[in-house]
Parts: sequence; C-alpha cells; structure tokens
Amino acid sequence: MQGSTWSDGIVGLLTGLGLPEMLALGIAYGIGAFILVNFGMISALLLIWITRKAISRMQDRLGPNRLGPYGLFQTVADAAKLISKEIITPSQSDFLAYNLAPVLSVFGALMLLAVVPFAPGLIGVDLNIGVLFVVALGSIGVMAALMAGWGSNNKYALLAGFRVVAQLLSYEIPMVLSILTVVLLTGTMSFGRIVEAQSLTIGGLNLGIGWFGVMMPAAMLIFFISSLAEAELTPFDLLEAESELIAGFHIEYSGMKFAMFFLAQFVNAWILSALMAILFLGGWQGPGVGLPVIGPILGFGYFFVKAYAVYVLQQWVRGTFPRVRIDQMMYFAWKVLVPAIVGLIVAQAIAQKLPFPDPVIYAIIFVANIAAIWLVATMLQRYIKGESLRTKRSFEPTSLIGTMQEAKEYAMY
Amino acid sequence: MVPLTGYLLVGAFLFSAGLYGALARRNAIAILMSIELMLNAANINLVAFWRYGEAQADLAGQVFAVLIIALAAAEAAVGLALIIAVYRERKTVNVDELDLLAG
Amino acid sequence: MPFPLPPLPTIGQLVFTGIALFTCASALGVVLARNLFHGALALVATLFGVAALYVMLEAEFLAVSQVLIYVGAISTLIAFAIMLTRSMMYGKTSPLNRQAGKTGLFAVLIFLALFGFVQSIPWPASAAPVLANESMIAALGEQFVTNYVIAFEVLGLLLLVALVGAVMLARDN
Repeated sequence: MQGSTWSDGIVGLLTGLGLPEMLALGIAYGIGAFILVNFGMISALLLIWITRKAISRMQDRLGPNRLGPYGLFQTVADAAKLISKEIITPSQSDFLAYNLAPVLSVFGALMLLAVVPFAPGLIGVDLNIGVLFVVALGSIGVMAALMAGWGSNNKYALLAGFRVVAQLLSYEIPMVLSILTVVLLTGTMSFGRIVEAQSLTIGGLNLGIGWFGVMMPAAMLIFFISSLAEAELTPFDLLEAESELIAGFHIEYSGMKFAMFFLAQFVNAWILSALMAILFLGGWQGPGVGLPVIGPILGFGYFFVKAYAVYVLQQWVRGTFPRVRIDQMMYFAWKVLVPAIVGLIVAQAIAQKLPFPDPVIYAIIFVANIAAIWLVATMLQRYIKGESLRTKRSFEPTSLIGTMQEAKEYAMY
Repeated sequence: MVPLTGYLLVGAFLFSAGLYGALARRNAIAILMSIELMLNAANINLVAFWRYGEAQADLAGQVFAVLIIALAAAEAAVGLALIIAVYRERKTVNVDELDLLAG
Repeated sequence: MPFPLPPLPTIGQLVFTGIALFTCASALGVVLARNLFHGALALVATLFGVAALYVMLEAEFLAVSQVLIYVGAISTLIAFAIMLTRSMMYGKTSPLNRQAGKTGLFAVLIFLALFGFVQSIPWPASAAPVLANESMIAALGEQFVTNYVIAFEVLGLLLLVALVGAVMLARDN
C-alpha cells in the first residue's frame, strides 16, 4: 500500500484515543467492510431501477413510475414483497447445496467490492494481486450456480447449471487475457496502481486522460463482450432463457433466497462495468484529480459517472440484441475472442521489448489493436452472411435456382 | 506467531485423511478427490518450510507449490476424462468392479 | 505466587486454530461423506481452508492461485464428473471397500507417527519477516524464467499433453 489511505485516518484517530494499534486497525477495517457491504446492497436497489428504466425507455414504455419520484422506491417495495414471501423448498432438494448456494453467490459478489478503487486513496484493500483476486472470486459464482442447479433437484435447474459452467468458464479466458494486456503494460496487478498509471501529465498538470481504452480499443471491446457474458446479460443470457430453461439455475428458489441471487447478479454486473472503467477508462482519473482538496471528490465523481455509464451501455446492449444460440456462443468465445486476444498479447509483448521510445511502442500497440478489430469484424461479417444465406435457403428453396446446389443439404437446418 | 509445528500437523492430518480416502473409497472420483487432499498437504508443508526456512529469497517453496497446483490441474483433467470414458464403457466407476485385467 | 501460566494465545494463533480445525474437519468430510456431491463441497471447503493457511503464511499469490485453480477449475471439473456419472451415487452399496477397516487403522498410525515425528524436532518457532510483497511476485516470476525454467517449460508441455489427452479420452465417438 502506498500513500495515505482512508484507513490511516481512522487508525490515527483511534490510537489517539488510547486503543492498541491492532484493535484500531480491526475497527477501521470493520467500518470499511460495513460501509462497502451496505453500499453493495443499496446500490443494487438503484441498479435495478436504472435497468428497468433504461430497458423500458428502449422498448417505448415508461417503466416504474408510481412509487416515489420517478418510481425510485419501486425496488424497495419489490424487496419488501420478496422478503415477506413464503419460502418454498422443493422436496428431495439437497439441503446443504440448496441453502448454501445463494449465500455463496452474494458472498462472491460483495467480496469483489473490497478491491475497487473508488477515489484516490479510497480503496478497501489495495491488494498487489487485486486482478488475480477478482478473477479467483469469479469462480465462486460458478460454484454457487452449480450448487444451486444440483441442489434444487430440478432438471431445468441442473441443465442451466451446466450451461453456467460452460459459459462462465469459456468467457473467463478472454476476459482474463484482456486484463492481462493492461497488466503487461503497467507491470502491476494492483488496481490502485493501474488507475494511477492512466494519468497523463502535460506541463506539470495531471489531465487524467491517459486511458488504456484509447490505446487498446480491441482489448477493451473483448473485455466488454466477455463481461456481458460473465454478467449473464442478453446476447449471452442463455442461462436464464425463459423459453428454454424457464428461469435458469434459480428456478426453484423463492422469496429472499431468490432475491439474493438477483442481488448478486446486479452487483456483479455493476462491478464488471466498474472494472471496465478502472482498467480501460481511467477509473477515478480525470481532469483536475491532482488538485489537493477537490481532487479526491472529483475522482469519486469521475469513477461513478464512468462506472454507471458502462452499466447503462450494458443495459443498452441488453435491450437491443437478440440472444445467440449456444453453439454460436461457444464458437465465439473459443474461435474468435481467444485467438484474437492471444494474438494481441503476443504482439504487445514483442512491441514492449522493441528498442523504441514509449510513444512508438504505444503506436504499435494501437495499430495491432485496430488490426485485431478489423480482422474479427471481417470474420464475423462473413459468418453472418453465410448464416443468413443458409437460413434463407432452408426456408425458400426457390432461391437455389441457378446456384447448382441441392436443397436437401440445407433442409436439416 | 504460529509455530511451524501447527502447519506441519495440519499437513500431516490432510495427508492421512487423503491416504485413507484413496485406499478405502470405492468410487474413482472420491479417490481422485483424496489425491487432491494429499497434494494439498504437501503444498502446505512446502510453503510452511519456505516461510520458516533460511533461504526465503529464492522462493523455492512457492515455486514448487505453483508447479504442484498446475500438475494437479492436469491430473484432474486427465483423470476425470478417464473416469468418464470408463463410465461410458462399463457403466460403473467403482474401482473394485473394474477387474478385467485381474488374474 | 509463582505459578507458571501458559502465555495467552495471540490473535494470529486463535485465527490459525480456527482455520486449521475447519480445514481438518472438511478434509474428514471429503473422505467420509456418503453422498459424493457433499464430499465435493467439503473438498471446496478444505481448499478454501488451505488458501487461508497460505494467507497466514504470507503467500497471497499462492492463496489466490489456489482459489482460482482448485476451486474454479478442479472442483468444478469434479462436480461435473459426479453429475455425469450420477447413477453411481444412489447405489445401495457401501462407499467403502473391503479394506476400509485396515486402511483406517493404517492412516491413523501414519498420522500418529507423523505427529510424533513433527513434535520431536525443535522447529524454529518464528520466522524472519517476509520481504516486500510486490517484489515477491516479481521475484517468483523471475525464478520461473531463470532457475526453474526447465520445470516451467516441462510443465507447459505437460499441460498441453493433458489437454489433448483429456479431449481424446472424453470424446464421444
């Protein structure tokens, strides 16, 4: 940890009162954890409201507008309803797995908040393995989904559990590799330092716009796409495809246990957008964060604006795109995203070892990123063209006239 | 400060439990899980000896622990693939029923 | 009155005792659980306990790798295998084989022998403070590409072989 952080102030105050340092540190972290956990819970209420409002605007509806100003308290009412509901436990459910799964999923989501840098010096713990910590905690969510699917003794829940594992593990790889590009560039896994590295000082003034997303747009895009899959949002929401799996692995849960899965999902989605803001959009960096008193407040504001902007972007995608097929989902992860990001990492590693000044290296990385985007876009375009042709032919055999091809080849699709 | 003995005892316990499971369970997956326990026991010892040892700077204990973790991943992947292939063929994963080669 | 009281346990020792008991209890759960899926859950708990022990040994990188690889990958694989072979779980047969009794005795003896052995040697009771953490991860990476480069490369090869082998074995033809 470097510089003065929030905990130093509290510890200083408490030791001044005559408490031993160990106890003071414990109390300081206790306060921090309390604030973070409650922040997670309360922000989930806000996130659900944002989601519903954003999606209804895209679908030309008003969304919640009855309770409170702009319907802000609708989620509170929903939460109260969920708490007061009867908890139904399916017969023959596996007691241990069934009851532990919602707890684990909330635990995994809230633990992530500990390493998010909200403002200069305001970070729960600036772990020097912060990136790895986030990736590791993601696996707890997978385990929770698997436990829920197995524990509820329902074949749809179990199928959804299998899908969760397949999807989350597949998309974890491009996500981790896209984070790796940032780690390669900064040489650290601590979120605090990654954000600090994105400053841009010109003439002694920190403009705070040296964002990695500008230099590495392809890595940012890959991170965004995989974060959509990790948050189980629409192009990749096969996990709760209503028409196939009813609701997903939490179908047998009711009342508060269901609410816990719901909460974990929204907090997860927000943290993924916050991560994108931290890794690629500069986190709390922005014009004027170097100033003495107003800087941290500005940084706090910048961070939240960016994180919520990315969150709304996620919801925008969710309200616009259709759901992909499961084979397309796996194809996209393994045959498009992973090769693209591996190629990028190789290019970047070579570029960073070239004996050029930094700006030239950054330019090479930028060019490699643009090339990757172009390549993936071309490939996708070809795939979509082929797919639409195939669909057309399977429905209109007349379109085969003059192509010298047999219709039966397409009839199976 | 916790004495080194504490870590070594936890390692010894995990190893003994894993040994019992590997020898006494019938299900091949349970045997695999027991082997994971034994590997973890070895890892605890390696890291504890690294922490309490003289040569902390060369990080040998941590290096070997990382190697063992990666090895365990490879072992689990191949082992479970084998188990699933056997299950497909014989409809059982009980190791004492897989005695085709016994004389 | 000079009656020698044992020194009060420090917070670190209390935390260690808790983690150690948790780890050992869940390890017992792994080998004794009748329901294989519960055994897998106990395995996850044990692996978390071991990760906590790594944190207490100030090897945070290892602790996080442990959670990432063991909990994220290996336990998920094991749970998958259990579900794919799940007709085995509800058998009326005992989960233990004929030699369970003898093996149990043997395992207890091994533990007692190790216990006596560990107790008999005067290990150092405390360790030197660990070097700064950030440099430790860098040093670990450097060890992998200098002193232990052969082990590292062979490990990469092994992982590739395991990947291909697992795909070949599990493929449905």
